[in-house]
Amino acid sequence: MANLNLTLKVWRQARPGDAGSIETYDAKDIPEEASFLEMLDIVNERLIPAGGDPIHFDHDCREGICGACSLTINGVPHGPEGGITTCQLHMRKFKDGDTIWIEPFRAKAFPVIKDLVVDRSAFDRIIESGGYISVRTGSAPDAHAILVPKEAADASFEAAACIGCGACVAACKNASAMLFVSAKASHLNHLPQGQPEKHERVLAMVKTMDNEGFGNCTNQYECEAVCPKEISADNIAKLNRDYSAAKSHDAVV
Amino acid sequence: MNALSCKLCSFWSSSIGKKTVVALTGIVLLLFLPGHLIGNLLFFLGPDSINAYGIFLHELGHGAVIWIARFTLLACLIAHVVATIQLVRQNKAARETQYACKATVTATRSSRLMIWSGLTILFFIIFHILHYTVRIAYDFDGPAFQTMLDGHQTLNIHQMMLVGFSNGPVTIFYIIAITCLCSHLSHGVSSVFQTLGLRTEKSASAITAFGNLYAFAIWAGFLSMPIAILFFGVGK
Repeated sequence: MANLNLTLKVWRQARPGDAGSIETYDAKDIPEEASFLEMLDIVNERLIPAGGDPIHFDHDCREGICGACSLTINGVPHGPEGGITTCQLHMRKFKDGDTIWIEPFRAKAFPVIKDLVVDRSAFDRIIESGGYISVRTGSAPDAHAILVPKEAADASFEAAACIGCGACVAACKNASAMLFVSAKASHLNHLPQGQPEKHERVLAMVKTMDNEGFGNCTNQYECEAVCPKEISADNIAKLNRDYSAAKSHDAVV
Repeated sequence: MNALSCKLCSFWSSSIGKKTVVALTGIVLLLFLPGHLIGNLLFFLGPDSINAYGIFLHELGHGAVIWIARFTLLACLIAHVVATIQLVRQNKAARETQYACKATVTATRSSRLMIWSGLTILFFIIFHILHYTVRIAYDFDGPAFQTMLDGHQTLNIHQMMLVGFSNGPVTIFYIIAITCLCSHLSHGVSSVFQTLGLRTEKSASAITAFGNLYAFAIWAGFLSMPIAILFFGVGK
């Protein structure tokens, strides 16, 4: 297999609040079978002995299930291939001589910590505000004690596949978090167990989302197109519907 | 302030609430368009048809209906514009640092130009109302724009359209504005369904097709008159 010689344009920023800039690196002799993160590992292993500061980036499981890795590659979060995370992207998808732009997930609500690492704890605060159900403690109830329609179980499961990586925010022209919030709300709102707190959940999660400084959805579906878990924008329609119902309920009941 | 108006304020200040206002006012505005278009197309049936239609509109409900319609449309327009400008400002603020390498995966050109097509339409509406409703350009009591219909003297709308669309720059601005309207509707109509929570993956392609067809029909209908007058001399 041929190895690749690439030019990297990487966002470097020493600390939060610094100006930061795009720096150029030569990435020579990169094996095609390397993953994108392994390519960055190779570049860093060459940078460190030369006394350079390695390029900082988020990663954890490296098998597409944890939601830790990020990176906006050539303007597209998680790179050009649909339905995968950056760690699942392989260098065979690039050509010898390519220039690759690597930037952090950009949003006011995701401040850069260092280089390509951003602080996504705004998502945690959204989950804290409503991404839960209250249950009675004690022995586990029988699995069939609450019947769940198959359609609702499937819709809930598909929404629950969201790994909270933030690619939806990074891809959105308005840095809106609607796909994430709607997936997390739908996941519980579809199920009988989620019904008692449904209105409170929707109102609280949307309020937190707005307060964190995310933008507003303009129905362009960039989020859906880049989502590594292919979360459907149907969830956004459901959140819009549930929000109006919750507001109406809150106002008059 | 009572409890209900507090709730309305908090609905307006939330992202989804404001978008819902944009969608609902958008429905009023886009339902107005076919009504306006069908009335205008009476131009092709000759002066008496469109002039009689003008009298009908002004006398409907003892003259009350046209004013109710005007105030409703104006209120919806103001709410639509104010809400979208606030939303766009929030959207710009939500991404302080832009990407050095920009890419678009699936968003349509029309969807990315909504604010610019919208502002062009807004300026056009102001111009259009001054042109044909306030009629600042015409001496509308003068003999040139008066005609006889069933023995009564009345405003000659047919003549106003002929004079208005015989003017090159006015007609070009009209064509540009209607094209912006078509672009705006091609994203706006389908967006209404999504914002109100009525779009699903199964219905998505049908809704998009309906939006595009609606936009095209409005575009073709409104452009038929200036093109017929300016380039084919219809009605002269």
